[in-house]
Amino acid sequence: MATRLTQSNRAGWLFALPGFGLIAVFIILPFFFAFWLSLTNQRLISPNPTEFVGLQNYADMLSLAVVTLEPERDADGAVIRDETGAPEYPRVRSITRSDAFPQYDGMREWFRWQSGETARVVIASDVVFWKALTNTLLFVLIVAPTQAALALGLALLINQRLRGINVFRAIYFMPVVVSIVIVSLLWRFIYDGQDGLLNTVLGFLTFGAFEGHDWLGDPDTALGSIMAMSIWQAVGFHMVIWLAGLQTISPTLYEAAAIEGSSKWQTFRYVTWPGLRNTAVLILIVITMQSFALFAQIDVMTNGGPLDSTQTMVFQAVERGYGKQDISGGSTISVVLFLLVLTISLVQRYLTRER
Amino acid sequence: MANVNLSNVTKRFGAVDVIKGVDIDIDDGEFTVFVGPSGCGKSTLLRMVAGLEDITSGELRIGGRVVNDLQPKERGVGMVFQSYAIFPHMTVRENIGFGLTIARAGKAEKNAKVEEAARILQMENLLDRRPSQLSGGQRQRVAIGRAIVRNPSVFLFDEPLSNLDAALRMDMRMEIGKLHKQLGATMIYVTHDQVEAMTLADKIVVLKEGRVMQVGAPMDLYHRPANLFVAGFLGAPSMNFLDVEVIDVNGDEARVGNAALDPIVVRTAGRAIAKGSKAVLGVRPQYLAPVEPGAGMLHGKVRIAERLGSETVVDLALRDGTPLIAAFGEDKVFEDGQPVDLRFDGASAHLFPREA
Repeated sequence: MATRLTQSNRAGWLFALPGFGLIAVFIILPFFFAFWLSLTNQRLISPNPTEFVGLQNYADMLSLAVVTLEPERDADGAVIRDETGAPEYPRVRSITRSDAFPQYDGMREWFRWQSGETARVVIASDVVFWKALTNTLLFVLIVAPTQAALALGLALLINQRLRGINVFRAIYFMPVVVSIVIVSLLWRFIYDGQDGLLNTVLGFLTFGAFEGHDWLGDPDTALGSIMAMSIWQAVGFHMVIWLAGLQTISPTLYEAAAIEGSSKWQTFRYVTWPGLRNTAVLILIVITMQSFALFAQIDVMTNGGPLDSTQTMVFQAVERGYGKQDISGGSTISVVLFLLVLTISLVQRYLTRER
Repeated sequence: MANVNLSNVTKRFGAVDVIKGVDIDIDDGEFTVFVGPSGCGKSTLLRMVAGLEDITSGELRIGGRVVNDLQPKERGVGMVFQSYAIFPHMTVRENIGFGLTIARAGKAEKNAKVEEAARILQMENLLDRRPSQLSGGQRQRVAIGRAIVRNPSVFLFDEPLSNLDAALRMDMRMEIGKLHKQLGATMIYVTHDQVEAMTLADKIVVLKEGRVMQVGAPMDLYHRPANLFVAGFLGAPSMNFLDVEVIDVNGDEARVGNAALDPIVVRTAGRAIAKGSKAVLGVRPQYLAPVEPGAGMLHGKVRIAERLGSETVVDLALRDGTPLIAAFGEDKVFEDGQPVDLRFDGASAHLFPREA
């Protein structure tokens, strides 16, 4: 096969060259670059020569530890409590900055939980990375199934022969056509804490009982708000893919099911859903990948805040690489993200394989 | 149990009349075939009986009950589709048992019925296969099995053999015939293939452009077609039609002839044929016999002859240029261009008034 393709087809290769070249320069090369840079201490601009540091970047980013804190006790051995009655603990920095624990040097508290009187504290050398990782995973876990389910629901609704159904198809698809940056800007106004549309509507619906809430300013609601917007924005795209899948199911199968006395739900369960298997696999993988790449919404709406509650992997990769000029740090995150997405895609493929 | 009556049933798609007032009575246990060329509305009519298409006007009764507005599942019908419509992700067993699954039948009952159906259709060994592992004929058996298993009072077949190859089609045709004898259920069968219609039917309904052309037993229709359409549609090769002049009418008989046909006396079968008028004489190719030149009443030349072994089909041009097909029940050699004389029995010919 090699002979004809490579030798007698010079014109063909010439035609392919521009596209192939662009892909090579902007996708394939950076991909391998990222692996290499993550093993160095490369900075965007630096007078010092680049050094090979091995897996140091990964160690700095991924190292985690759990330390146990015993409550402070007074001279009699009784636990010292604050005004609310909670036991008081020594500060975490008494461990992370202590010469007695060189292995915890420079680590900071990520989160803690109580077991009995003792507190267990998870400390990490790169807390922001871990927050970004958990936020991203949370985003994927919630957005992927919700968006897929909503999109399927919409696809089922518009897969009917009704007058004017195309109007609905267009409406549902519209947010997809608008740039995510514009959408994010608009939703910043909607989520505004002062007189945002959402607060106004909620206030109106509750006859003024709803006081208003700064959706993006509260660490508890910021990520959820971005999830809701993201689901809304891309649901139309996946709806169209579901719709394409629905239309490949032969109408006679539905007729056969109707003759056999199948109810709507049974028809969905026995005819529609099995017929959508391949579409479901595709949608699941596409949404998962898109969700992992969450960036623009964060960049426009919250910049990772408040209190790092909306940090994500890609946002951190960009923030480190260009914001902090730490190219090697950004590359390390990219590689971790790549391995994560690859693993999840392989697992999904395995779970949804043809049996 | 389940006779099916259609009275003045019509169907309209927008401005198009597809079924234009159809009356058909089907007795319990009868095998009825709807036959006609494509676009005649036969499938639409069947789908109206099934409940897959609305009935625009008229009345449909199954087992004496008006079912116009009932859902398909409430009509007690089972249906077999041309494209099989079996579920690709289910095994044969699950496909056959689908109706019982839907009705939430018990496992034991389901197994027993599925196996009974598989036994009737001789496919017990295929139960655990998937449709992709089956041939076309086997898939159609699965579809029939799915219909049998719920024990419907009326079976509907929508061109079930059209997707099968010729040899398999004949096997399956006989299977379906046997199945009807075995189950004794009312069956309505749609086809465009007149051989299927002739061999399977107790009663044939010939349709054309949404109207019933003739209803009757196969041999009735074959030997006593009510009109030119039925005469031409049933029988293969199809009946020859000759434009003739009516020379004389005498009671139930008429003397007809034309430039290529020496005058012959044929039956008018009660049709209004006027002396001196133009008429159409229909003669089946099988009723023509070759005779010595000068001894026959039709004179022509061979254009092409097809030898099938048991039969020889000859395409002739008559003296006045009219084409004519003759089928002789023996192997016979004809040269192209060879003059041939033919004769036939006037009693086997059909005379129709010339349609305006």
